[in-house]
Parts: sequence; structure tokens; C-alpha cells
Amino acid sequence: MEETKYNFDVVRWFTIMAVVYLVVGTLVGTYIASELAWPFLNFDIAEITFGRLRPLHTNAVIFAFGGCTLFGTAFYMVQRTGNTSLWSPKMAWFTFWGWNLIIVAAVITLPLGITQSKEYAELEWPIDLAIAVVWLSWGLNFIMTIAKRKTSHIYVANWFYMGMFVMITYLHVVNSLAIPVGMWKSYSIFSGVQDAMIQWWWGHNAVGFYLTAGFLGIMYYFVPKQANRPVFSYRLSVLHFWALMFGYVWLGAHHLQYTALPDWTGSLGAAVSLAMIIPSWGGAINGMMTLSGAWDKLRTDYILRFMIMSLAFYAMSTFEGPVMSSKTVNALSHYTDWTVGHVHSGALGWVAMVSAGALYHLVERLWNTKMYSPALVNIHFWTSTIGTVVYITAMWVSGIMQGLMWRDYDEFGTLTYTFAESVAAMHPYYAMRAIGGMIFWTGGAIMLFNVIMTIRQASAQRSTAAATASA
Amino acid sequence: MADKIYSTKLQDTAERNVFVMFVMLLVLLSVGGLVEIVPLFYLDDTMEHSRHPEIVWQHDVALKDRKPLSAWKTGDGVRPYTALEQAGRDVYVREGCYLCHSQMVRPFRDEKERYGHYSLASESMYDHPFQWGSKRTGPDLARVGGKYSNEWHFQHLMAPRSVVPESVMPNYPWLAENTVDGEALKAHMEGLRMIGVPYTDADIAEAAKVDGVREVDAVIAYLQVLGTMVNLKDDVNYRE
Repeated sequence: MEETKYNFDVVRWFTIMAVVYLVVGTLVGTYIASELAWPFLNFDIAEITFGRLRPLHTNAVIFAFGGCTLFGTAFYMVQRTGNTSLWSPKMAWFTFWGWNLIIVAAVITLPLGITQSKEYAELEWPIDLAIAVVWLSWGLNFIMTIAKRKTSHIYVANWFYMGMFVMITYLHVVNSLAIPVGMWKSYSIFSGVQDAMIQWWWGHNAVGFYLTAGFLGIMYYFVPKQANRPVFSYRLSVLHFWALMFGYVWLGAHHLQYTALPDWTGSLGAAVSLAMIIPSWGGAINGMMTLSGAWDKLRTDYILRFMIMSLAFYAMSTFEGPVMSSKTVNALSHYTDWTVGHVHSGALGWVAMVSAGALYHLVERLWNTKMYSPALVNIHFWTSTIGTVVYITAMWVSGIMQGLMWRDYDEFGTLTYTFAESVAAMHPYYAMRAIGGMIFWTGGAIMLFNVIMTIRQASAQRSTAAATASA
Repeated sequence: MADKIYSTKLQDTAERNVFVMFVMLLVLLSVGGLVEIVPLFYLDDTMEHSRHPEIVWQHDVALKDRKPLSAWKTGDGVRPYTALEQAGRDVYVREGCYLCHSQMVRPFRDEKERYGHYSLASESMYDHPFQWGSKRTGPDLARVGGKYSNEWHFQHLMAPRSVVPESVMPNYPWLAENTVDGEALKAHMEGLRMIGVPYTDADIAEAAKVDGVREVDAVIAYLQVLGTMVNLKDDVNYRE
């Protein structure tokens, strides 16, 4: 039996926690989105103001939801593709408990205002140290499991997780270098322009390696498995893998165009960003074309729908990204909601939807059953898609409008709008964005319900089977 | 045929040996960061004060001979934050102000008219961590110093919509209740000195005097110094 060959218990728990954190993380996101539309929701309570909850939202969705999804899928996939058990099941449990304790620490410290103020790296130094240890425990276990595999070649999905492991290790260590001045306070050892460059080198590569390379790893295993077809092109996967690895690292500088960062750095970042369309689309094409000859499955297989829609969003946002990093567009889009919309077309449309597909696939395999309700999977699919589209459309309109209002001149050559007028103009779009978020969140809640019911159904079946066997 | 090579020899080796692939990734992934980040620490062009030393206050005297921070006047040049301002900056970071307010004016006509002279790298040379921000849900604050009175700031922090009806900023009533911890502030300033902020013992001793001051007053002191350190001239091109 598979169970004796593979260590799946830890994967089961990562899978469950990923779904839980999806619901929690997007709930916090919806709440802070609502705070911007209706500021009374801050209720004069320090711990729930926008400035303190926003890091909690980003950490919850990226590291709690994304992290559990990545660790769970990695531990599953590395065993299946290597035809071997984990190098150290005990260490895998250490990773599970360690990571969840870090999440608990984040939930406590961030609302208290304990932060390093570096976006997506806000957690203070003691937690940063814990992250480093737990992260290395995962990476070591993952690589050593590959090393003891029983297959000749390392399957492509594993390459992407490895790239993520190496780069995130670099980024986390360098960007978190700080001098502690108390148990819960530290200062970055870098200052000003160097600190900014290092932060956005981290910031964009958290996206590039954690949310892109890692989830491409998911795509390369779960799309072919769910479609029951081989990956479209081996050659394309090799080329776009190495191009993506080499290129992504350079992009951070495009977050700092026209700032006090030297022009050469920002322009270099923008130039490489433009070139990145090619490897990004290489991945999207490779994933989508895996379905060639099996497109009819999209009519009946809701899980596959998630994966293919996620690749469509991935292709869309990896086109939008290079456009936004070109200097002319960036002059308009930077500092506006357009950036927020871009992040969410990637985060909701790509990351969350490919994860949902992979997690549904995992639930069926790990509990050896079918989903409790395929109809609810379909409803989740549509709420995710519609929620994401409402969200990003609202942000496109508000972002471009902000950018245009800020630079608008009247016929006398003076600025047409005060800043406050631009804030007032955003209100309908902030409300619309909050509604998009709520729709998306509803889908996540439905998924959680469906997963719980599926697991209950599976254990009921197992106990019936056991009773029949013993009778 | 498991032994058939489908691609290049190197790729095949990497796919068979995880440690080869690991080392290849280690090397490849370090390139972009090394090229873009390391030069920022040594290229003279990065910091404007290498060509325009007058941007930095007391740039021509040794730290031990430097005047006390209280002798600094608006426009004299970039200097470390006073104890009170640093306390305010800590609160600014704690409340996540940077998530809605940038501190980085770009060299565009509309930004010049709205906010003032474009920001220089040298202006944030003592900023650990930087607070340039990435989003303007509210206006840029890089040059907010001196634009509003202390009374206005107090009213705005307590109840933003009472002075700007369109605002979506939260109220910060607790800033008027919480007070600065002088002991902690002293430790903070000593930490900053360790990583290169030129504080004298006298500067750090000021931390004790700030003990018990309301946080809101510290924040206002910080806001009022933002962008006022350097007297920037329109006819000088600081970024050649």
C-alpha cells in the first residue's frame, strides 16, 4: 500500500492548514480593504488599524497559506516523483510545527505593532531566526529526499522548489540583517538607498521565487497529474527554468524607478523585466499546452479548471508586470492602486487558484476519496474567478485614475486636483474592491467546508470498511 | 531508455545529481543581486553628498568636535534624528504609516508642485530602516516638515476627518495617552550608533529627557523635520 511507502501524514496536515489559512488570510485582507472604503471600521483600536493589520494580511496569505501549500505539495511531490519516502519524517514534523508556531507569533506580534517595516519581511528578529531554522529544515529534508530518490533523473517540478529554496535563503538572510536593540525591536543594518534596494531585491523575489518559482513547481507536478497527460515540452521547461532563475533576481530595482536609487539600477531592472515576459510565458504555455488533446476535460473536471484559469491569470499578470516596469508606465502606475491590483491578479488569480487546484487534487489522493461535493468545487471556481476580476478591475480603474489626477493640470497651468480630492474619488472603487474580496473569501470558505466534509466522509468510509472487514 | 541524454551533458548531469544542480543554482542566483546591490555601497555617484558635501551637516568636522544637535538649524544639512524625533520615527514604523505614505518625491513637475524638491539619496543616509514606502493612499510625506502647524498635526492625528473630510486615515487617539520610554530609546540610539549613525554621547543622553513625553508629540517632531534638513537649490543638479 502507498501509505507504507510514503510519509503522507505531514502532507495531510499541511493541506488542511493551507485551506484554513486561505480563509483567515483573505478574511483579514477583506477587512482591511473595507477599512479603506469605510474608515470607521478601524474603531480607534490600535491592534486592528490598517497599518497594523496589513502586514498580518500579507504574512498570512504569503507565508501561512502559501507556505503550507508549498511545504505540503513539496513533501508530497518529492516522494512521488522520487519513488521514495522522506529523508526524515521527524524533521518534516518539525517543519510543520515550527512553521505554524511562527504563524502564531506573527498573529500576536504584528497587531501589537512589532515590525521591522520591511514589506513582507516585517517579523522581528527572534521570529526571523526561527524562520531561518525552519526554512532550512524544510530545504535540507527536501534536497536529501531528492538525493535518496529511486528514479534516475530529477523531475522538473523539483527544480523549481530548489530554486525557490536557494533564493529565499539568500534573500531572507541578507534582507533581515539587523541590529537588535531589545527583545522585540531591531534596526536594519542598511540605511536609505541601499536598504531600499535590498528590500525590493527581497520584495520582488519573494514574488519571483516564493510565489512564482514555487508555484510553478506545483504546476509542473499537479497539472500533468490532474490532466493525466505528460508535460507539453521538456525542452521548453529546461529553457524557461534557467532563464527564469537567472532573470528574476534582477527585477527588484524596477520598484524604485525615479527614486533616489541611481538611474542605472532602475533601468537595468526595467530592461530585464521586459525580457522576463519570455520565460514567464514559457511556463504558462508549457502548462496550458499540457492539455492539448485533452481540452474536453475542462468541461467535466473542475479541479483542472482551477489550474488552467490560474495559468491564464499567470500569463496575464506576467505581461502586465513588464508593462508596469517600463519607465513611462511606471511614472504613472507607481504609488497607485494599480500596483495593488497587479499583485492580486498574481496572488488571487495565479497563486491561490493553482493552489486550490493542487489542494483539491491532494485531498482526493491523500484521503483516497472523491470530493464531497463537486458542485461546491465549481462554485468555488466561479467565486474565485469573479472575485479576482472584480478586485483587479476596481484597482485598474482607481490606480490609473489616481495617477492621472495627481499629474493633471488645468488651463492656468496649476494642479487641477488636491490630493484629498483623489482620495474621495477612490471611494467607489475601494468599496468595489472590498466586495471582490468578499466574493473571493466566500469561495475559500466553501472550500474549507467541502474539504472538511470530504475528510469526514472518507473517515466514515474507512470505519465502515474496517467494520465490514472485521465482521 | 533511462540512460538516454535528452538535452546537454551539463543539464543531464544536473538532473541526475541534486548537489550539482544545487551549486549551479547557488552561483546563478547570486549574479543579479551582486551586480545591482554591491556597487551601491562603493560607487561615489550613489550618494549626492560625495559631489555636494554641503548636503551633510558638519561634514568637515570630526564627530567628537561636532556641535550638539540642538545647534542645528533648518536647512543646515542632513543630520541624525534627535532623541525626540527618533522616538517619533519608532512610532511611525510601529503604526505602519509607510504602508500608505511614501517618503520619496520623484523628479516630476507635478510632484515638485505638490510636495517639493525631489528626494536625494543622501537625505535618507541615516534612515534605518528606509521609509520610502511603495504606496500613496495618503500623500507623500518626504517634505511635510514645516507645512502644517503642530496643532494641525495633533488634531489630524487624533481625528483626521475633522480637518480633511475626505481622509480614510484611522484615528490615533492612543498616541496622546502613550508615553516614550527613555530607557528603551537610549538603547535604540546606541544600537543605531553601532551601525553607523554618528551620535555623540551627548546626543544619546538626550533620550532620558524625552522619557514620559506623549508619543503624539514625538511623532509630530519627526514629521516636522522631514524634508527640512537640506536647503536644496533649484539651479543645482544633484544627480548628474
